[in-house]
Amino acid sequence: MTADDVPGREEGDVGAAVADAHRREWAFVLAATARVARDIDLAEECVQDAYVAALDAWSRQGVPRNPGAWLTTAARHRALDVLRRDRTLRGKLPLLIEPESLPEPGTDAVEGGDNTIPDDRLRLVFTCCHPALAREAQVALTLRLVCGLTTAEIAQAFLVSEPTMAARVTRAKKKISAARIAYRVPGAAELPDRLDAVLTVVHLLYTTGHTAPGGQDLVRADLAERAIGLARMLCVLMPDEREARGLLALLLLSNARRATRLDDRGRLLLLEDQDRSQWDRAAIGEGTALVVGALRGGRPGRFALQAAIDAVHAEAPSYADTDWPQLLQLYAELQKAWPSPVVALNRAVVLAMVEGPEAALAQIAAIERDGHLAGYRYLPAAKADLLRRLDRRTEAERAYRAALDLADNAAERAFLARRIAEVTRRPGPARASPG
Amino acid sequence: MAQYLILIYENESSYIDPSPEVWQQVMEAHGRFAGQVGEKGGELLGGNALQPTTTATSIRGDVVTDGPFADTKEALGGYYLIEARDLDHALDIAKLCPAPDGGVEVRPIMDTSGG
Repeated sequence: MTADDVPGREEGDVGAAVADAHRREWAFVLAATARVARDIDLAEECVQDAYVAALDAWSRQGVPRNPGAWLTTAARHRALDVLRRDRTLRGKLPLLIEPESLPEPGTDAVEGGDNTIPDDRLRLVFTCCHPALAREAQVALTLRLVCGLTTAEIAQAFLVSEPTMAARVTRAKKKISAARIAYRVPGAAELPDRLDAVLTVVHLLYTTGHTAPGGQDLVRADLAERAIGLARMLCVLMPDEREARGLLALLLLSNARRATRLDDRGRLLLLEDQDRSQWDRAAIGEGTALVVGALRGGRPGRFALQAAIDAVHAEAPSYADTDWPQLLQLYAELQKAWPSPVVALNRAVVLAMVEGPEAALAQIAAIERDGHLAGYRYLPAAKADLLRRLDRRTEAERAYRAALDLADNAAERAFLARRIAEVTRRPGPARASPG
Repeated sequence: MAQYLILIYENESSYIDPSPEVWQQVMEAHGRFAGQVGEKGGELLGGNALQPTTTATSIRGDVVTDGPFADTKEALGGYYLIEARDLDHALDIAKLCPAPDGGVEVRPIMDTSGG
């Protein structure tokens, strides 16, 4: 990259380099700065200042070889300046605490080159996803602090007003400092539970992006991409954690089908109607390889098993030629690893393919009696589909209507409306229909 | 180190006229907890059990009324003030606090010494 150090680059190039560094390095820079600033708000301010300074400095001196290190040095220096100036003021504030070694103020590991930079991104992620914070706050903080999204962007993604989101982020940050949530990676004993919370947040980000809960677009590609980026980062930082690999595999495999989930008129297509030749084979290849690793070595976790299920679908030449018995087995494993009524519902759908719709309807009846999935739109939708296949049209229509009452995504609503039209269209002599 | 208040919320009915055996069990459990705080590396700064909410008197403005401030199924029945390194440490300790008919809430103490 010889051009990188040549001064006098076009302004646009520098702007792009800064934007690129924002996307790639934000978490790294903020996490390293938070350790010096010992206050998340101060760290954020200093990192933002560093990015502004970069725009000017890089157009004069050229883009540095390691933009992340440059930005970290700049942000940390700024934080130390502020701390020196405001020592008395800041001394009264509850600080972000880090019980282990704290670098001496003034020392600068960053200038020694890439290898000496301690990677604090994991601390940042675990702090954002601490169980003492509400799930919605964990999600918001992760997007704000780890991904560097603005409050406005996060508010938009979750369809809440900007002041509401700003209040949510502020409240969570206040709790971190006032309740002294430690800025550290949890120890071995707590790690499994805490990691699961982190992976759940990343998965939730993905599903929010994948099926926007309301509004017109089915997919919010940016959120899904952010989630994949986070899962990738977790795999790099925790190479021994199989569930991190399982999550990345799951997201890649699901995302590989993204382009085929809607037809060219924006209508929702089910798995059986999707054009498999359009699936992203490179992503499927990467996801499948990760699944193999995630399943090996002890009982697999829920993300690895979900990814394995997606891999079976991804490798099937057609819906009819899918390995349904293997899927049934994987669902049984998944139910053991993660007993959840949603898993039971999905298993019932697979059971229909192996033993027929009646067997699946019996399972769904049991899930309905259990009551935990009341209000879950995919329950009546799955039931309706089985009834439709059995040509029990009146019952199917009733179930589709129940699903429609619960769905708020436009693409899903249109799909259910089409199904209702199908099952209410009587066979036999055609009746005149308006339009 | 920082200070945290552990608030014990329980269904009071279990503590109305307890048998001597039950009372002894409760006292022993709390005695054990007092020891465990130190073993966990924290410090017990204080704590008390409260008389039931039937003995509470509330004042809002200057209106005095009978009863607790908020009438809830599980009522504040006692507290401990502890010192811990951070929230995780405090939660670790609070998980040991006996509250068989309810649970506990952990609140950081505000440092008001600044000015």
